Amino acid sequence: MKKVLVLAVFALASAVTYAGGYRVSLQGNKALAMGHTGVAVVNSESVFFNPAAMVFSEDKFSVSAGVHGVFASIAYQDPMTGANDRTKSLLGTPFYLYAAYQATDWLSVGLGIYTPYGSTVEYEKDWVGSHLVNKIELQAIYVQPTVSFKVSDKLSFGGGPIYVNGSVNFNRNLNRTLTDLDGNRSNVTIDASGVTGWGWVASTMFNFTDKFRMGATYRSEMVLEAEDGDATFENIPNSPLTPFENTSIDASMPLPAEMTVGLSYDFCEKWLFAFDFNRTFWDAYKSLDIDFANPAIPDSKNPRNYKNSSTYRFGLQYDATKMFTLRAGYYFDESPVREGYFAPETPRNDSNNFTAGLTMNIGKHLQIDASFLYSHFKEINASYNYYYEDGIAVPFKGTYKTNALIPGLGLTYKL
Amino acid sequence: MKNILKYTFAVIALGFVSCEPEFDSPVTESGFYSSGTADLSKYVAVGNSLTAGYASGALYITGQENSYPNIMAQQFGFAGGGEFTQPLMNDNIGGLLLGGNQITENRFVLAVGPDGNPGPVRLVGTPTTDITNKLTGPFNNMGVPGAKSFHLVAPGYGNVAGVATGTANPYFARFASNESTTVIVDASNQGASFFSLWIGNNDILSYATSGGSGVDQTGNLDPSTYGENDITDPNVFASVYSTQVEILAGQGAKGVLVNIPEVTSIPYFTTVPTKAIPLDAATAGALNAQFAAYNTQILPGLAGMGVISPEEAAFRMLNFTAGQNFPITADKDLTDLTDILQGPPFSLPASTAALLGKLRQVKADDLIVLTASSELGSTPDPNNPQGVVGVSIPLGDEFVLSKTEQARITTASMAYNATIQGLAAAKGLAYVDAKSELAKLSNGGIPFDAGILTSQFVTGGAFSLDGVHPTPRGYAYTANMIIQAINNTYDATIPKVNIGNYGTITLTNN
Repeated sequence: MKKVLVLAVFALASAVTYAGGYRVSLQGNKALAMGHTGVAVVNSESVFFNPAAMVFSEDKFSVSAGVHGVFASIAYQDPMTGANDRTKSLLGTPFYLYAAYQATDWLSVGLGIYTPYGSTVEYEKDWVGSHLVNKIELQAIYVQPTVSFKVSDKLSFGGGPIYVNGSVNFNRNLNRTLTDLDGNRSNVTIDASGVTGWGWVASTMFNFTDKFRMGATYRSEMVLEAEDGDATFENIPNSPLTPFENTSIDASMPLPAEMTVGLSYDFCEKWLFAFDFNRTFWDAYKSLDIDFANPAIPDSKNPRNYKNSSTYRFGLQYDATKMFTLRAGYYFDESPVREGYFAPETPRNDSNNFTAGLTMNIGKHLQIDASFLYSHFKEINASYNYYYEDGIAVPFKGTYKTNALIPGLGLTYKL
Repeated sequence: MKNILKYTFAVIALGFVSCEPEFDSPVTESGFYSSGTADLSKYVAVGNSLTAGYASGALYITGQENSYPNIMAQQFGFAGGGEFTQPLMNDNIGGLLLGGNQITENRFVLAVGPDGNPGPVRLVGTPTTDITNKLTGPFNNMGVPGAKSFHLVAPGYGNVAGVATGTANPYFARFASNESTTVIVDASNQGASFFSLWIGNNDILSYATSGGSGVDQTGNLDPSTYGENDITDPNVFASVYSTQVEILAGQGAKGVLVNIPEVTSIPYFTTVPTKAIPLDAATAGALNAQFAAYNTQILPGLAGMGVISPEEAAFRMLNFTAGQNFPITADKDLTDLTDILQGPPFSLPASTAALLGKLRQVKADDLIVLTASSELGSTPDPNNPQGVVGVSIPLGDEFVLSKTEQARITTASMAYNATIQGLAAAKGLAYVDAKSELAKLSNGGIPFDAGILTSQFVTGGAFSLDGVHPTPRGYAYTANMIIQAINNTYDATIPKVNIGNYGTITLTNN
């Protein structure tokens, strides 16, 4: 009981979350409970956080699987006109599955399946920003076979190829005013699924002592090249002046590279402190361009011009009892969105994120991992200045406030 | 263990409660915007087609949804405004039926013709709004298309039986509370806390759109004797208008009065150029030769005889040159020479005398109406290719609003506006100088976030395809200017709309 209070206090005193852009940093309940740290931590989630750490695991075999429920909502308002809206609180469910096997005392192999990128945002249809987005669903599943080998008790390396399978579904109105005869807003849905790509991950871990570790992980950029997706137009006026008809599209979307370095320190027997620094190379996301196969339909250019962004993560773990391990963390997540590029489909500003969680050991082999994340975004006045009507830039301005609450639950089985 | 789970769930539950993001000061929170000293809880709008949301030559649902009172009512909602109901039409086609027979035309849409050029055409389709299907009111929007100032106080104006005979209005007949009621009674019975009144436009507009074919009734105080296209006597206007304000403001309601804009700057009058007739040198020469006798003998002769003044003789002279020319027209404000020319000394045949009877050329300060565009240059007699309207056949008087006729309109509207402004001041009501505001549309335009709103036909964005009534964007601009006046008068802070979010004309090929 007392310990639970300690945990609660720690969670309040610290604060951290979700990453900017459409990165969804929810790759393990243990790590997330500690502010999503893990590059210098050895546990059942190392397949993702640092493959090189797998080989230092005390378990012969481990498998961890889990899911997070993302309850996020975005509110928008424009005090100039009174226009306001809030997104539906949709449930996103990013998941992970990691397996690691100690093949020899110097070699481990593993497999990771996880969803590091995704976004589900749905505004009220025909809301005031519907010319930018009504709804977007973006998903990418990574599959990563992994090896890890020990050079010495101090140094290891790990890595593997990554196969990605993604899908995107995006609906928006064609502009602010076009309707059919009955006033229904003209809109387009872009749908592409089964979009695949390849990338890789490489990492290293260095143990200064058996209590003080450092790690580094680099995950390469992957580009989702959607070829032959579908564009479906709706409520288009019956006029040669609006030659929109269903066609196929080509588009590409980068899933940026990410570099993480960090350290962990074991102290007072039962405590572990971890710090991770992420750098996500968002500058790969210049523009969301949609090329319609039908030449009569002008291509859609949507500048994004993201900048590289950093995340600072802090985590604390306490082995309270044989049965319970308690965790808490904080991270500060920098937004990759530049001023003037704040588009409502991924309206991310800097966030403070607070995490907590625990692992419950049930017998020797089974663990239940639970985590909870609260993301706090400041209210922000922002605009997207790159929407054009008849060649004139029409900024979309307003005040945004985002909240996210993300509980998670997972299971670990180990031998 | 059990406790820990309990607490974990408690924390999670707490989280969900606070999950909805909340602004420091939400616009939806009462008090963010203020209605000042006005009470917007019950708003009733009284007026004509402009108030109803009429556009592109008809009334239809999407037009009504974008009526300025409806736009205002949505914004009032941020400052204590209540529900706002409208007598919605049954479709987006627009025409009215009376017992199954269509009595008003369908809306215009912008269609691309066989030549590839876009232009307004009537939407093809069978309308479904039959005025014999009475709606159950009352409705906050009491805009009645076609109503003149004195119609609002005319008993029986909503009697279906009077529609065919012209004593009643088909739009009001749909939702009048009974057969003998008046618009103003049905409006005032709602006990509005706030009202808007914009009436009087049709008291000059139908005269204008008919090319001045009606009568200026100034001096005639009995509106029951007026024709459809007549100008209402300013004293009649002042009398009925002050009655209406008295009734609407009677129970202490606050409100806003809107004055009458200049009708002659709307696209209906400014789209067809006065020099509408292209001629080559040979044709111009032939026409000059044909009318030489009129210019050099008949007109000076009649002036010499004292039948017409020397000024009128000069005014009626015809002249054609290579290039763009003024069309010929018959002007009923000129001395009718038809009979005189058939007698000595001219002894012209009746047909020639009739042609020359009221003949002149359009002048640069005349206005040609939009509907003349299909008339000018046409050959009404297929067997006579020489009989071209504007060249050898005078353009009808109903297509030309002369300088003289414009002056009558200006005089009357200035008198109406003096009444409106005076009453607003006397009653402490908000006053909107729509005349000055709308004049900006034809004088540089109104900048907004995606361009400039102008009165240019089709492309300017402010006026619908009938050339008279605003588009949704034009109505949104109207709503903003009225909100501004309300804010100024009543210390309110009602938010305006972004007119760029409102559409303009509708594209559809039949």
